[in-house]
Amino acid sequence: MTTLITEATLPAAEAPAPGGRLRLVLSRLTAAKGVLVGGTIVLLLFLLAFGGPFITHWDYATPDYSALRQPPSGTHWFGTNGLGQDVFAQTVRGLQKSLIIGLLVALFSTVVASLVGACAGYFGGWIDRGLTFLVDLLLVFPSFLIITIISPKLKGAGWIAFVVLLAAFNWMITARVIRSMTRSLREREFVRAAQFMGVHPLRIIVRHILPNVASFLITDATVAVGGAVMSETALSYFGFGVRAPDVSLGTLLAAGTDQAPVFPWLFYFAAGLLVLFVLAINLIGDGLRDALDPTTEAARPARTSRSSK
Amino acid sequence: MIRYLAKRFGYYAALLLVAVFLAYALSASALGPRSYFEAKQPRPSAASVDRQLTALNLNDHTPVVERFGTWAKDLVLHGDLGRTIHDTSVNDDFGRRVWVSLRLLLIGSVLGMVLGVAGGAWSAVRQYKISDRALTLFSFVLLSTPVFLLALLLKNGAIAAKDATGQEVIPFTGYETPGLAGGIGAHLADWSLHLLLPTLSLALGGLALYSRYQRGTMLDVLGSDYLRTAEAKGLTRNQALIKHGLRTAIIPMSTMFAYSFLGIFTGAAFTETIFGWHGMGEWFIQAINEQDVNSVVAVNLFAAVVVLASGFLADVLTAALDPRVRT
Repeated sequence: MTTLITEATLPAAEAPAPGGRLRLVLSRLTAAKGVLVGGTIVLLLFLLAFGGPFITHWDYATPDYSALRQPPSGTHWFGTNGLGQDVFAQTVRGLQKSLIIGLLVALFSTVVASLVGACAGYFGGWIDRGLTFLVDLLLVFPSFLIITIISPKLKGAGWIAFVVLLAAFNWMITARVIRSMTRSLREREFVRAAQFMGVHPLRIIVRHILPNVASFLITDATVAVGGAVMSETALSYFGFGVRAPDVSLGTLLAAGTDQAPVFPWLFYFAAGLLVLFVLAINLIGDGLRDALDPTTEAARPARTSRSSK
Repeated sequence: MIRYLAKRFGYYAALLLVAVFLAYALSASALGPRSYFEAKQPRPSAASVDRQLTALNLNDHTPVVERFGTWAKDLVLHGDLGRTIHDTSVNDDFGRRVWVSLRLLLIGSVLGMVLGVAGGAWSAVRQYKISDRALTLFSFVLLSTPVFLLALLLKNGAIAAKDATGQEVIPFTGYETPGLAGGIGAHLADWSLHLLLPTLSLALGGLALYSRYQRGTMLDVLGSDYLRTAEAKGLTRNQALIKHGLRTAIIPMSTMFAYSFLGIFTGAAFTETIFGWHGMGEWFIQAINEQDVNSVVAVNLFAAVVVLASGFLADVLTAALDPRVRT
């Protein structure tokens, strides 16, 4: 109910001042503790991932033969593994790779999802039917199965190919949501006006449709980063993702699993960082949804009454 | 309602056909059974490799469409899924493993669904109370833990319990104790103990996901006029909530069930591998590593049928709950 009221009173109260919506979103964001906490954790983890290699003089690959499977200590902060490699250096390096993969996959899949969804919803007819069939077709199989079948082919292509593969099977559900949002946007006056002025359809999509679904896209992309990191670690854990000599959180977990009961530092640092990162991302996503999504269930009645005036 | 469901069924059948063909074409071209035979010691002659591949309908010199035709004809006419790369029947493996997987999938997903819907609805009614906040925090942490990690953590816990007490308190490998004596009761107890950890690792994720969404849809419903009307007509708060509130709040969830089944299927594949269950997921990973095309296709077929069946069930549920869809 509170969302409904703020949405309804928003245009009258705040529209004249430019940046009013931005200020509103910012004030709502700072009010949400989850976003603050989550944002701080994500920031710290990024600092750790990219600054970590500079604060330790150990390299993630070079073994220290004088310390095999040592527990955490002053010299090796997270201990060492069976080969004498420094677990801190490895974890930091793996975190770095997992974060980059997660960000890129979320970026690619959101771009594809918004384009396919907006085109299907805007053009309708056969384009819509064709794209919807494609989306449904890709949803028939758990993407894990398809990625697993293809990934041995990409052994030589490195982790960028893996990013493309993950993104290629990660956009379908978002695209469906964008499609249904576009279908209702298509009937609005500003889109009609642009059509009558002879603006090119693709330009209408980029200029008028996508900005209106942006808040959903931002929220969805945020959550997608967490999802992509989870898929990456799972696939890498089973040997179908990032491969040696590259390390990611998934390969670290795979290497540490069997020794986890006896040598916990080989497993629980990577596991803890993974859960912490995804948890922080989910907190941000939840806060963003509350702060800037005008298309939530509660806000919809306010919109229709406004447009019918 | 029947017409609507028949239309959906036809659409799913068309999807299944195209999807199975694509899965076959993909597996047949991405995997290399030829390299499997060529790597044998002593190395067989090219002609003998060709002969073996042709006998198994795996020869990459035959066009994919033709191989698919042979495979599909056998499947439709004889219900035969072909031969594995070791020249054993795919049907035998399939029949043995399908029940192992289905047991895990069905119990895990239904349990997650029921607990999630109940937990989410309960949480919405008690919005912002301690119990609501506790469940929210709990589901956030669970949602941030990949299924394979959750399974590993549960397994490590069971190992720790074993080390502490000196005996296996909760079993963490396989789905039964081999060579267990005793009657049907002892076997049932043994099965359910073995089911505990793998099912938990699937159901907890479902519980977290569904309870978040159910809480949201339930909150939308709670302030509605018809709920107040129902109470004004003389229903108690709880009766109104269950008869009118929950029913409406479940409708958007049914599509959710269908989509999330994809995730549950993937999760089950991981869980099986981690807990040493000889199910479809373990078979799939093994078959990929052995370049065993027909087995890979069989698992894909199973996944597609399960996913589409759950999609169809979601449609039935929507049609049963929402009178607007029926026309």
